[in-house]
Amino acid sequence: MSRGEGIVLTDLTLTHGRRPAVHHISGRFAPGSLTAIVGPNGAGKSTLLRAIAGLHPAVEGKLAAPRRDIALLPQAAALDRAFPVSCLDVVLFGHWHRAGAFRALRAAEQRAARDALAAVGLEGFEGRPVGGLSSGQFQRVLFARLLVQDAPVILLDEPFNAVDARTAADLLALVHRWHGEGRTILAVLHDLELVRHDFPETLLLAREPIAWGPTGEVLTAANRMKARMMAEAWDAEAEACERSAA
Amino acid sequence: MRKPKPASAAPPEMLHLLQDALWAPFAEFGFMRRALVGCLALSLAAPPLGVFLMLRRMSLTADVLAHGILPGIAIGFLVAGLSVTAMSVGGLVAGLIVGVGAGAISRATGGREDAALAALYLVALALGVTLISTRAGSVELSHLLFGSVLGVDDPALFLMAGVASLTLLALAFAWRPLVLECFDPGFAAAVRAHGGWWHMLFLVLVVLNVLAAFQALGTLMAVGLMMLPAVAARYWGRSVGGMAYAAAGIAVFASVAGLLVSYHFDLPSGPAIVLVAGAAWVLSVLAGPVDGLLGRLLRRPHFSG
Repeated sequence: MSRGEGIVLTDLTLTHGRRPAVHHISGRFAPGSLTAIVGPNGAGKSTLLRAIAGLHPAVEGKLAAPRRDIALLPQAAALDRAFPVSCLDVVLFGHWHRAGAFRALRAAEQRAARDALAAVGLEGFEGRPVGGLSSGQFQRVLFARLLVQDAPVILLDEPFNAVDARTAADLLALVHRWHGEGRTILAVLHDLELVRHDFPETLLLAREPIAWGPTGEVLTAANRMKARMMAEAWDAEAEACERSAA
Repeated sequence: MRKPKPASAAPPEMLHLLQDALWAPFAEFGFMRRALVGCLALSLAAPPLGVFLMLRRMSLTADVLAHGILPGIAIGFLVAGLSVTAMSVGGLVAGLIVGVGAGAISRATGGREDAALAALYLVALALGVTLISTRAGSVELSHLLFGSVLGVDDPALFLMAGVASLTLLALAFAWRPLVLECFDPGFAAAVRAHGGWWHMLFLVLVVLNVLAAFQALGTLMAVGLMMLPAVAARYWGRSVGGMAYAAAGIAVFASVAGLLVSYHFDLPSGPAIVLVAGAAWVLSVLAGPVDGLLGRLLRRPHFSG
């Protein structure tokens, strides 16, 4: 499943308007790697994921990623769960990059969506409106959509937030399965215990990369202290990026 | 007037009464038939768009567009008088400008656009009324503001039927991207579904429908037939498609019933139609099968799904 160079960042800077979100980050997510992205609130973790998915423009520097091969799971709060669609409909949208806006779905594609629902433990939920689901069940539906998308690169933005422990365990097992299949996985996470236990690589981000590499070497007390101090400095400090003209 | 064959089940006088109340107004008067055809065309196309507007939490945008077309219609009116073509072209241009402006405001404010949109439509309404008043009397002004269902002429009828046909075709064509862009715009962007373009197409359809409705219902009532059935449909359907069918059905009922009420009680027809749609909404909130108040009260918590 892995191919090419993976995802390569070269002196990448991202902003929200004039506010800096991520500064001058360089490095590489190797093909087939399983990386946790951690850091304080406002560190630019979600922005970095969105940029890799092609949804946020780079202000400076370069970002090389196989954009067609990427599936993104956004933060759960971004979606309107009262929307009148069924679980199966949501999962079927995972076929978009093959079926597009108009083509009828083939029987095999319908079956793949049903199988995906079964694989996340939601057999028999096909016709249920998403409005009646718990947040854990809804997250399972979104993972089923990722299964159907079948992308070589998977970006997860806080995938286990606001879900029950059992759902988190089931979904984590799915992440390991994907890792075993050679897919490249990046996940924004807050639970450091989980990161230590299940994610071989870690990027500690506080607008700038504090450390990036094997999880054990990244999550040291010194690095975490540095990240926290940088986060405290943001509140007090100036708006624009001072290291460059942008 | 044709006599119905007496049916065996009901006494003939009863049928006559019913026929006089429900059928005769349309059979006897051409203007009632034209009004009916125009309103039925609007009823099939506009409410499904209203469902999408409601689901996108853009109910206010419909109002903004309906008022936003007024300055354009006024300019068309100043140039060519009460000509359907001139006013429609003016209204279309103005509506698209306001639609794009509303979209820009929405992006700039990150979705907290309601105050700016309210400001925009108040300004548009005042501008339109001012422009019209420089040349026209109060009769024309009230015609433009409140419409006259009963004065629908051939060009207006063609506009309504054409817009309705185009809308239904476009909805059939673009259903999947519209639902996706509406439900999960982030995912639509991530899979490069060109959500923005579909949304633009959708806004154009809304402007066209508001324009067509304006011919019959006037700028102030045009949105009524689009939004009220859509909001009511939320209590009848569990899928976007189901809601769209329910909304069209409610709108058809409101059109027929509203025209009859207006005929028998000598009421202005636009408001009568919108009032019937409003009554259907109240009924739906109370007794609709999906989350209706009565259903919620009667259902015992133990057995709720």
